[in-house]
Amino acid sequence: MPHHTLLLQAATTPATSTLGTANPISILMFFLFVAVTMYITYWAAKKTKTGSEFYAAGRNISGFQNGLALAGDYMSAASFLGIAGMVATKGYDGLIYSIGFLVGWPLIMFLIAEPLRNLGKYTFADVVAYRLKQRPIRIVSSVGSLLTISFYLIAQMVGAGGLIQTLFGLPYEVAVVVVGCVMTAYVLFGGMLATTWVQIIKAVLLLSGATVLVILSLSKFGFNPLTLFSSVTEQYGDAMLAPGGFISNPWDALSLGLALMLGTAGLPHILMRFYTVPDAKAARKSVFVATGFIGYFYLLTFLIGFAAMALVGKPVIEGIDKGGNMAALLLAEQTGGTAFLGFIAAVAFATILAVVAGLTLSGASSISHDLYVHVIKKGVSDEKGEMKVAKRATLALGLLSILLGLVFKGQNVAFMVGLAFSIAASANFPALLMSIIWKRFTTRGAVWSILTGAILSLVLIVLSPTIWVDILHNEEAIFPLKNPALVSMTSAFLVGIVVSLLQPEPSAALKFESEKLRTYLGIGAE
Amino acid sequence: MPTSPDSSQKIIDSPEFKKLVSKRWLVSLVLTITMLVVYIGFLLVVAFRRESLAAKISSNLTWAIPIGLGIILFAWILTGIYVFWANNHYDEAVQDLKNKVLNA
Repeated sequence: MPHHTLLLQAATTPATSTLGTANPISILMFFLFVAVTMYITYWAAKKTKTGSEFYAAGRNISGFQNGLALAGDYMSAASFLGIAGMVATKGYDGLIYSIGFLVGWPLIMFLIAEPLRNLGKYTFADVVAYRLKQRPIRIVSSVGSLLTISFYLIAQMVGAGGLIQTLFGLPYEVAVVVVGCVMTAYVLFGGMLATTWVQIIKAVLLLSGATVLVILSLSKFGFNPLTLFSSVTEQYGDAMLAPGGFISNPWDALSLGLALMLGTAGLPHILMRFYTVPDAKAARKSVFVATGFIGYFYLLTFLIGFAAMALVGKPVIEGIDKGGNMAALLLAEQTGGTAFLGFIAAVAFATILAVVAGLTLSGASSISHDLYVHVIKKGVSDEKGEMKVAKRATLALGLLSILLGLVFKGQNVAFMVGLAFSIAASANFPALLMSIIWKRFTTRGAVWSILTGAILSLVLIVLSPTIWVDILHNEEAIFPLKNPALVSMTSAFLVGIVVSLLQPEPSAALKFESEKLRTYLGIGAE
Repeated sequence: MPTSPDSSQKIIDSPEFKKLVSKRWLVSLVLTITMLVVYIGFLLVVAFRRESLAAKISSNLTWAIPIGLGIILFAWILTGIYVFWANNHYDEAVQDLKNKVLNA
């Protein structure tokens, strides 16, 4: 039987694992990645002078390229290592997460992408504010954006520090500072053009690295996934191939599912990418390409998780990291040796850099475009002033992300990704969708909807088992759901509708008709 | 912008444009609801009929695996259907209307 030898292999892994020591291949690979991306940044800097170049890469990215870049923005190290780790330790349940992360993409395509591209300029607030009063909308939308970005950023930075420490043996603080500085350089000098190419390179590296890892792993099972599954069930039982403890309470499942699905359609750094393509047709194509690559990626992480469970072994994986985050890396080392581990580790590092760069750029554009131009300057922008603010905001966010990374060291920040998705689904998505499809949506309705979504997400997550019990160690949670989206998003929609109906805004309704040529035909789109 | 307010208003009020917009949202709505039904249906099965997903197709394959991976594939196919529809039907109608506005 194959599984005796597998167990033997598993048992010998810790002694041979080089995780945590400086791996020359991964250091070389990482420097190569930084060198190439810095060269791209230098090239992009020469082409990044105007606002449209800084925020939207001059709208010259093709649909296919943007699809890859969207995939790059979305496939974080958390989903690569985290989902593979979840499958490796819990089996099938990891796939339920992947499905939730993926099914938001079709909705972006059907409801958001094209109107967003046609109506907006740089941020999603452009669309919400298009026919409503600029100042109040800009202020609250940037609150929604910046909250989403900050929580996402903290989770990424803390994850990055920990991961790099485990991978390279580099101190946590050094890792956080390096990540912060490199990504700030991309955004500050190369703007969206450099950020886009960093995403594309990272997506190609990650997809090809994961593909090779799957091929190497399946080669141990005669290239038959069924043989892999049978090795899993022989060692850990049939339960691994079916849903387990993930869903204990159906309301929890629904709430988390909605947050993952609709939060995707409210992530500022994802929405911003649609402005980099020339028109709505390219925006549409980019979602199709992104969905395909992300779906393929989740298929790979699913197989990687099971292969790690079968080949490396659950006890070994959980022995190194309880959440199983090192599963993919241990599998890489076992199937491809130290050199391949180095390659995959460098890819994981590159992944983090690319994602935080995308987040920082979208945060900076919210500060400069929404807050500085439309709130402080009341819409009268001179390009030079706006660019100066955008660059300062980038620098400030870069510093802030390093600081947050240092402050939250060793804290449990896993809930922050869920929180970011909940705010995106509750504060950003309802207002954006209603502004696109509902004629009678008003400024007041939008403001109250966004505030309701953001505040409820924050308050309810504190009262939920996620923080109230797991972090604050109280006996029982005040709010029963682990993710608040079911309540906070529904409330945001209801409040937006009720407030809009109570106090109509005739000018906004009138403008809804005249904006239709731009929404549907793209006439006058930037 | 080369469009005059009058000709824009005429297009917006035209039956062709209204039909185009309502058809666009009909397609979007049908696809959105399909995705929601499939996804929420899956979550409900996971929550209430877990054992049916654990049922085996063969000795080392449960229904849960092809269904889960199938939903990912299905989501992608839905985006493909929308792109196909939009490229072959929507864009053409948009171009016609656009020419009308710009030449008016």
